[in-house]
Amino acid sequence: MFAYEKKLQYPVSIKRPNAKLAKVVITQLGGPDGELGASLRYLSQRYTAPYSQVKGLLTDIGVEELSHVEMISTIVYQLTKDLSIDEIKKSGFDTYFVDHTTGIYPIAASGVPFSASIFQSCGDILTDLTEDMAAEQKARTTYDNILRLSDDPDVSDAIRFLRQREIIHFQRFGEALRLAQEKLNSKNFYAFNPEFDGRNNKR
Amino acid sequence: MQNNNNLLTAIQMYDFYLYDLQLYLDTHPTCRNALAAFNKYRRLRSEAYELYAKKYGPLTPSQSSSEDCFEWAEGPWPWERSDG
Repeated sequence: MFAYEKKLQYPVSIKRPNAKLAKVVITQLGGPDGELGASLRYLSQRYTAPYSQVKGLLTDIGVEELSHVEMISTIVYQLTKDLSIDEIKKSGFDTYFVDHTTGIYPIAASGVPFSASIFQSCGDILTDLTEDMAAEQKARTTYDNILRLSDDPDVSDAIRFLRQREIIHFQRFGEALRLAQEKLNSKNFYAFNPEFDGRNNKR
Repeated sequence: MQNNNNLLTAIQMYDFYLYDLQLYLDTHPTCRNALAAFNKYRRLRSEAYELYAKKYGPLTPSQSSSEDCFEWAEGPWPWERSDG
């Protein structure tokens, strides 16, 4: 089961509202390589995953991504509170404001709402871990682009922390993939799916 | 609730009671009866958590206490066991 702790994983303290920046940062909440999709991806994949280390890693990273959902939501909240209606109109934030006011809602920067179709749970550990490694790199690229667009040092500080976590997760998933391959036949990993082929499903 | 491990059943009951009290206390923050129950079961829960970790292994990563091996990922995960 899950339990909540009343703190952020890394502090977020933004002094100036900036609706334009909020419009791009929100993509890491509900966008194609965002934190919500990351969390749901790993927490979905872990059920049929073989090998205790892999189950542990998918659980732990899936939970950490929920803390990142909270950090991104906090950044967007702090960037959009105390905005004047003039700033909302001028920044282009009006297209979000009309549906959500300043409430936090998971969408991509393009305005497309979050969809589970951005991730997979294939039930094949080699496929899933390969997707997971790509997902961490895609999120790292998005954070690099946010850093290129950010003109607020407080936002960039928290984003740099999140970017670093993508690199760590990529490393750990790479190790998990190696662990899984070591447990399979090294001549042909793909001959056998440990999540499905077993006693009842001979190949 | 049926469970093969009585201690885990006790922990699940304490946790559920505390969680239900938490929701009640969110909207009734000065109810003295609920506060007394919350404090009593919070203590029971923490004793049971400690005993469980000693006997069967960690329920949270920070309960992994071995100096030789990180025990967190070992053993069945909740979705793999019949007793939740």
